[in-house]
Amino acid sequence: MTAVMNSEWGQNDNGQWEVVIGLEIHAQLATRSKIFSGASTAYGAEPNTQTSVVDIALPGVLPVLNKEAVHMAVKFGMAIEAEVTDRSVFARKNYFYPDLPKGYQISQFDLPIVGKGHVTIELENGETRIIGVTRAHLEEDAGKSLHEDYHGMTGIDLNRAGTPLLEIVSEPDMRSPKEAVAYMKKIHSLVQYIGICDGNMQEGSFRCDANVSVRPRGQQEFGTRTELKNINSFRFVERAINVEIERQIELIEDGGEVVQETRLYDSVKNETRSMRSKEEANDYRYFPDPDLLPVVITDEYRQQVRGELPELPDHKKQRYVDNLGLSAYDAGVITSSLALSIYFEQVLNEVGDAKLSANWITGELSAKMNREEVDIQNAAVGAKDFALLLKRIKDNTISGKIAKDVLEAMWNGEGSADEIIESKGLKQITDTGAIEAFVDEVIANNPAQFEELKGGKEKMMGFFVGQVMKMSRGKANPAQVNELIRSKMKQ
Amino acid sequence: MSMYHTRSVTELSAMLQAGEVSSVELTRYFLDRINNNDDKLNSFITVSEEMALSQAKACDEKLKAGNAPALTGVPVAHKDIFCTHGVKTSCGSKMLDNFISPYDATVVKNMREAGVVMLGKTNMDEFAMGSSNETSYYGPVKNPWNLDTVPGGSSGGSAAAVSARLAPAATGTDTGGSIRQPAAFCGITGLKPTYGRVSRFGMVAFASSLDQAGPMGQSASDCALLLNAMAGFDEKDSTCIEKDVPDYSADLDKPLNGLRIGLPKEYFTHSDGGMNAEVETVIKTALELYRSMGAELVEIELPNSSLSVPVYYVVAPAECSANLSRFDGVRYGYRCENPKDLNDLYTRSRGEGFGAEVQRRIMVGTYALSSGYYDAYYLKAQQLRHLISDDFKKAYQQVDVIMAPATPETAFNLGAKSDDPVAMYLSDIYTIAVNLAGIPAMSIPVGFANSNSGKSMPVGMQIMGNYFKEAKLLNVAHMYQQQTDWHTRLPEEFKA
Repeated sequence: MTAVMNSEWGQNDNGQWEVVIGLEIHAQLATRSKIFSGASTAYGAEPNTQTSVVDIALPGVLPVLNKEAVHMAVKFGMAIEAEVTDRSVFARKNYFYPDLPKGYQISQFDLPIVGKGHVTIELENGETRIIGVTRAHLEEDAGKSLHEDYHGMTGIDLNRAGTPLLEIVSEPDMRSPKEAVAYMKKIHSLVQYIGICDGNMQEGSFRCDANVSVRPRGQQEFGTRTELKNINSFRFVERAINVEIERQIELIEDGGEVVQETRLYDSVKNETRSMRSKEEANDYRYFPDPDLLPVVITDEYRQQVRGELPELPDHKKQRYVDNLGLSAYDAGVITSSLALSIYFEQVLNEVGDAKLSANWITGELSAKMNREEVDIQNAAVGAKDFALLLKRIKDNTISGKIAKDVLEAMWNGEGSADEIIESKGLKQITDTGAIEAFVDEVIANNPAQFEELKGGKEKMMGFFVGQVMKMSRGKANPAQVNELIRSKMKQ
Repeated sequence: MSMYHTRSVTELSAMLQAGEVSSVELTRYFLDRINNNDDKLNSFITVSEEMALSQAKACDEKLKAGNAPALTGVPVAHKDIFCTHGVKTSCGSKMLDNFISPYDATVVKNMREAGVVMLGKTNMDEFAMGSSNETSYYGPVKNPWNLDTVPGGSSGGSAAAVSARLAPAATGTDTGGSIRQPAAFCGITGLKPTYGRVSRFGMVAFASSLDQAGPMGQSASDCALLLNAMAGFDEKDSTCIEKDVPDYSADLDKPLNGLRIGLPKEYFTHSDGGMNAEVETVIKTALELYRSMGAELVEIELPNSSLSVPVYYVVAPAECSANLSRFDGVRYGYRCENPKDLNDLYTRSRGEGFGAEVQRRIMVGTYALSSGYYDAYYLKAQQLRHLISDDFKKAYQQVDVIMAPATPETAFNLGAKSDDPVAMYLSDIYTIAVNLAGIPAMSIPVGFANSNSGKSMPVGMQIMGNYFKEAKLLNVAHMYQQQTDWHTRLPEEFKA
């Protein structure tokens, strides 16, 4: 665990403090039914319509393990090169809460299904770091308490109760909020690549708790940590950790001490506040659940699951660099999301130009997605339509500059690339005669400047190309314009 | 009037199949018997008269159509621990006094499919925690042989009902002796099968790793018929074992020549909590009869026997403390009046809804699982549990079955042990090890002794077998019952 110097975590960084972060990520597994019952896991149904007698914990009911949840957990273990344990055990975690119907959560405690593994993250400066994963275990989600609309009482919706979760616990290996975000994004990408989680953060399918502490640089022991609960966006993770670090440093510098406690991040006020201290923490009284047998994983099963793994992002990225000639940056951006890489490959298939496809996806398309805060699945322009646009660049129908305007129009739903090019008359002028007429006119209007150009003032080249493009309203092929001006210079 | 209550299930089944009696007739007969006698016993919490008669009617149609299963039309009672669709399932507790189950336990479903008619739900110790049936919210059950004494527990209602023949047979559950001890006290035959033989789905959980349902009847052959219907793999219970169910009636008459019977010396002792001398005499007489039938008596050792009670009273309360957490006043069951806040809702609903013994065990179990105590109590108990199982495994390399008294003494007086939980816990001293090991065991009536209440009361002998050897146990018990009539005797007051 080497500390990265000059890590950014907010304005109070005076270099004396080192930040230590570990994340506990809850990934909702994409099984059709719940982890211990046959009820559906679909999101957004009317309250309490997706609950079986098991989910509401009627007297006498028993859990039966969903094998698909085990399958998915094993897949994850394989994807992070972790030890998938021969024998893991479900335990009861006892506490009372109205949205926890049994009065205990079935989880895994001292014998989790996935042991130590690791992932590689890439920082903005291109540096890579290996982040350890301590363990990942299966557990059931609780229901939801609804505090509004019940006249001072609380409504309970148990649709989510029993939804399978994989809790992925990292080592305290991260040294800045940006590293934490990079790690979270990496896991987010990975679970979608292997098809075990839809990654939908708005619906809570992917959320995390962050353990944060600070220590004087060079000190071996960890500082006292606080746990930030239930953060459900990448942006909030970074912000929440940042304000918590600032709070801790300020506290220590003012002669105070950090108290081990659970804190909640308030995204509106951008502050964290105490939920409960260690003293108030529950004694969960874990013990093996006698209703469930240990989960036994054989070598044969491990091999079978390993064979099912798709190409993982690190490998895909390397392939894009080696075989397609993409830059490491472009390859990294595209492979960070399975959906984006699928989009890229669909576009590439049609266009046949990897660099052009990659440039436009990581450039213009990503800018639009960021502007509208949508991901690739919800992008307004599909891969086929996008590919057509790039084809029109390639076959010189339009210039790159015009293509940006066409994309904007496509994004706004004005039609396909061809329709927009046609209706707006944006087709590039490639007729040499027509372009030559523009060139001649510009030279005639600017004789002095043309003499300067001929005299070797290369800067004037841009002026002339710009004037021609302007006159053609952007439709002249810039390469041809260039060529023609140069030939005129020799005359 | 025909004395149907003097007939065994085996006989009633034959009469139904032959059309000598209809199920409606039989059902009404036993419903009347309950109505006329149960005020003395309090063995039923719910009598489901209307449902029983409509089930009986349907059974009669099936019988008429032919090819109906053996138990078709036979009325039985279910312990009120089994969830029964549309019928109150109280588990003997105020907590579930208002609970009507929306589903059937697998045992209930299996038996209904085998043609059984449900008469009602029998009284029991609250959440099956008790050895005398005195912890029931619905009041204690009386022993038909002497109304001043307890019927045992926790399946005391089922035992008393069968003993007084208010029902030809009943279901029970056994976590530490809750089938065998009341069977012994009430002079009937009860079988606790191997853990995993009968589904636990729909059985209100007390201690999940120990609970097992089984039949309580007049004889081994009746229990065999009932177990045929109850047993079997259930995908809804992950601890249920996928193993073929033999016909338990098939080998009942196998001769006992060469049978090796183990007698654990730790059980045949008069020291603290040990066996009453009169009980011992009765047991020894029964063992002599076995010898005369060709069996060989072998002294064996179960050296870790003395650990059973302490281990049990860590494991069972620990599991129960979690199992009973779902009774929180939120979704069903008892809820206190006007809770101030969430904590008040929890503490008062549970404080008012659970009786003293249940609260005691929840607290003991919570303590045993607490941080800092877990290793010393729960973990240690689980380790010792392996030693107890190993004792039995070793013993079964030497012998076919193990015999011992089911209880150290006969039924005690109501109230005699109510204020002394430890004395109460010790009444299960001979039955608990079986649950910890998960092996099957029976109790059969082998005579009477005047050990406790000043009146001659039934003595039960326990027959323990190796895993899945229920058929052997039933055979051994049946052969004894072919030579004796203890199991056909009725308490004076309930003969007519």
